Amino acid sequence: MRVLAAMSGGVDSAVAAALAVDAGHDVTGVHLALSPDRQTLRSGARGCCSVEDAHDARRVADELGVPFYVWDLAERFTEDVVDDFVAEYAAGRTPNPCLRCNEKIKFSAVLDRALALGFDAVVTGHHARLADGRLRRSVDAAKDQSYVLGVLTADQLAAAMFPLGSMTKHRVREIAAERGFAVAAKPDSHDICFIPDGDTRGFLSRRLGSRPGPVVDATTGTTVGEHDGTYGFTVGQRRGLGVNAGDQRPRYVLAIEPVSRTVTVGTADLAGVTEVRTAAPTWTGAKPELPLRAEVQLRAHGSPVPCEVLPAGDGGLRILLDEEQRGVAPGQSAVLYEPDAERGDRVLGQAAMQALGEREEAVRR
Amino acid sequence: MTYLDHAATTPVLPEVLAAMTEQLGRVGNASSLHASGRAARRVAEQSRERLAEALGARPSEVLFTGGGTESDNLAVKGLFWARRQADSRRRRIVVSPAEHHAVLDSVEWLAKHDGADVTWLAVEPTGRVRPEALAEALGDGRDVAVASVMWANNEIGTVSDIPALAAVARAVGVPLHTDAVQAVGQVPVDFGRSGADALTMTGHKLGGPMGAGVLLLRRDAECTPLLHGGGQERDVRSGTLDVAAIVGLEVATTQAVRTRPERAPRIAALRDRLVGGIVAAVPDAQLNGAPLGDVVPGGPGRLPGNAHLSFPGAEGDALLMLLDARGIECSTGSACSAGVARPSHVLLATGADADRARSSLRFTLGHTSDDEDVDAVLEVIAPVVERARHAGLGRR
Repeated sequence: MRVLAAMSGGVDSAVAAALAVDAGHDVTGVHLALSPDRQTLRSGARGCCSVEDAHDARRVADELGVPFYVWDLAERFTEDVVDDFVAEYAAGRTPNPCLRCNEKIKFSAVLDRALALGFDAVVTGHHARLADGRLRRSVDAAKDQSYVLGVLTADQLAAAMFPLGSMTKHRVREIAAERGFAVAAKPDSHDICFIPDGDTRGFLSRRLGSRPGPVVDATTGTTVGEHDGTYGFTVGQRRGLGVNAGDQRPRYVLAIEPVSRTVTVGTADLAGVTEVRTAAPTWTGAKPELPLRAEVQLRAHGSPVPCEVLPAGDGGLRILLDEEQRGVAPGQSAVLYEPDAERGDRVLGQAAMQALGEREEAVRR
Repeated sequence: MTYLDHAATTPVLPEVLAAMTEQLGRVGNASSLHASGRAARRVAEQSRERLAEALGARPSEVLFTGGGTESDNLAVKGLFWARRQADSRRRRIVVSPAEHHAVLDSVEWLAKHDGADVTWLAVEPTGRVRPEALAEALGDGRDVAVASVMWANNEIGTVSDIPALAAVARAVGVPLHTDAVQAVGQVPVDFGRSGADALTMTGHKLGGPMGAGVLLLRRDAECTPLLHGGGQERDVRSGTLDVAAIVGLEVATTQAVRTRPERAPRIAALRDRLVGGIVAAVPDAQLNGAPLGDVVPGGPGRLPGNAHLSFPGAEGDALLMLLDARGIECSTGSACSAGVARPSHVLLATGADADRARSSLRFTLGHTSDDEDVDAVLEVIAPVVERARHAGLGRR
């Protein structure tokens, strides 16, 4: 097959491209330039958008003897991922930009272009298993990225290849070292690639400015603190609230109301959630019959929770959690899995969380 | 493999390889006083004299540099610094926006860090700078440190009338630098007759080695050095002479200049067939730059090997990739170190819109090009353009 390898300059995508070559595919490497303001050198270990990262990717492509190009997707990335990220925070939600990038850039703009140019598939270094159109968790639970791929549809998965899902990150580094790739020991990227210093609150305050408002205690209704912008908070957050409610009990963010700029906090007993409401779901395969027993993961590094999935009248889903959860933030995706200890939990689909159940919402008003 | 990127670099001539190999086997620093040093010096000076003759310059006007980029930097910065030193009112640089980045970025650096004021010259839709435009930009010239207009454009191949431009600059006492990297060996270039004060050329565009270039600098031109040290080149440029590279540069240049009258028409005919065939296969393709038969006083108005076209609705980098996959090597413009395709600043300077600039492709023919190369492009260009047009573009 003619496959396009998306190469970030990191070790995962380098090994994925190498394995695609080994498998006998006709591989072409592409580095995605996503930042309109490209730094020449990496600042710290993070990010994948510097010219130095493009150079690292090119070095690997040259070693593999495959063509290599840089595709400038900065404009679309800015619109579909960065601006969306800022708008979601401004609306009091907590977005996942990696999921959005997979949905809008890697498996949309890039995949569409690749298919139009005559490629059969796009190969990436994501840690997830994909066989027979079924997307499953990686064998390396700590590195599993199936959550941020949960948004892909059957058509997108049909043209995707994830060669790394059946191996650990340790093994990936070993393969890179065996092949003499200079990126074998390159640190993992983490956090958000377009915020290389890791200071999300600082990034948002530069974009959104100061938008001060009250922090209100849910039980007493009294103002217990001030904040510079609701975008500095995530539902479920405990640290850094800067509130004094008069007792020693920790407070959690229960709700964010962007119009009145109110951040509602409450004690642990109020922070639990047993039901979430979502927007319309996407499915990785045929739409399953509802109601459905499944497991749901509610954030990127969260644990799966057994649940019951019901249709909601508006085209979205009601997800009833078997166990109460904290830190369930609107804007994040609820990714549904079919447990499978042997072959890896299978991703069924996902839906963006819009609200909580009626009981939870009542506490937060 | 069909190599149609001779403006990026062109295959080394066998005579160059032989001459350089011979020289590399000899010891000797051309600045040493003993016999080995004298032998090296003799070879370097012989090369200087032959280069001077081929380019219409005096031997003392030939300064060896590390290539075109260094020569451009030295001319623009060196002339600016020396002229402003002599008269602090001279802070203005008059330059075409279609110059190579070695000139543009030098000018912008001077503007940002050294108080230079930049006057951008008006450029015709062909990319040519007219003498009237230069005259208007220079004014009485009293506040101008240096002017720079390239002899032939590296992207779209347009030739400007450098003798006419130099006369305009001379009339108001302003030195004119011209980047002739693409012109030497392709069109007639005579430094002395051109009236320019400084001229950049390099070896690897005409069959010589990379990393060897020349700045032709009139003897009365004051130029502040970029590199300080042994003062080897008239105290304007320092560094041990790379004698083998200099020999290679000289052999390539003299041969290119000598063979030009026979080679240039042959390549122009191939190029005309290429452009005609592309336009027949892709009727809405647009030729950028001067018309194929264009002339300026003394020679062609377009480089004989240059075919630069826009393919509306297709992205240059998609076209490049599809052609590369079919064994055809060309360019979307000048190579960019970051590898990110940007709309060509040259096309934008000629007034083209960003879409036309983004959809362009440059084929450049050279001394090894033949009919098979042209056939190879014409065989695939229509389906390649059609496919690229379907390839969405990462934009809306």
